[in-house]
Amino acid sequence: MLGYTITQWLFGILSFLAIMFGLMVVFSRNPVNSVLYLVMTFFCIAGHYLLLNAQFLAIVHIVVYAGAIMVLFLFVIMLMNLNEDTEPQRTWLSKIIAAVAGGLMLFVMVGSLKGAGDMGLQQYGNAQIGFVKNLGAVLFKDFLFPFEIASVLLLAAMVGAIMIGKKEAGES
Amino acid sequence: MLNGISINYYILLSAVLFIIGAVGVMARRNSIIIFMCIELMLNAVNLMLVSFSTLHNDAKGQVFVFFIMAVAAAEVAVGLAILSMIYRNIKNIDTDLLSNLKN
Repeated sequence: MLGYTITQWLFGILSFLAIMFGLMVVFSRNPVNSVLYLVMTFFCIAGHYLLLNAQFLAIVHIVVYAGAIMVLFLFVIMLMNLNEDTEPQRTWLSKIIAAVAGGLMLFVMVGSLKGAGDMGLQQYGNAQIGFVKNLGAVLFKDFLFPFEIASVLLLAAMVGAIMIGKKEAGES
Repeated sequence: MLNGISINYYILLSAVLFIIGAVGVMARRNSIIIFMCIELMLNAVNLMLVSFSTLHNDAKGQVFVFFIMAVAAAEVAVGLAILSMIYRNIKNIDTDLLSNLKN
């Protein structure tokens, strides 16, 4: 099709959708819409992971981000009853300054990429590094200690969230 | 080239997603939207790690992404607890109103 392979078409479509939904996250006025657009962005990124032969990571990404983290966001937004009317807006001047700063940052990143040229590394034969078997072997051999530290971090975060969120003794 | 797509396009896509997140952090005042934009920036970095992991055929990059996901989950849990606490105290989550430490 037009000289592109099916993988390249998929890459283009997924990239376009990811960037569009990412822009909608920033521009939509209703916070609930922002959350839903961010979920769509995460699905597009999961599609990219599938294209990159990271199958297990794609599933985990959908389960953790779209399934857990964004539902948490949605719950908090609904608890606070946020909608378009309560949405605080910055002045146009600070929005323009933010856009110009972002544009300059993008210019620097793309400029440094232009000097790099195409990295001529070829993909080797084994396309199975994304499977659970290989990932588990690496995770529990090379990264066992960071894994344990991550479990302690999650425990600490859980205890911290409960301690912060709970009402004080004298509070009404 | 990986899957017939140059790594440069993946770098470009990650950079664009990261910038969108950064602009969102700078341009919005709602704390929850700012948190969501931080998630978007983390995901841009994750995509970069996975693409280089596939390019070099090394699973370590993907394991790093797991750790980033764990840290992001912890960050969101604590951050949203703090936000709901702020909302309980001042009935608002506008970042411009959180200036108690200024004076």
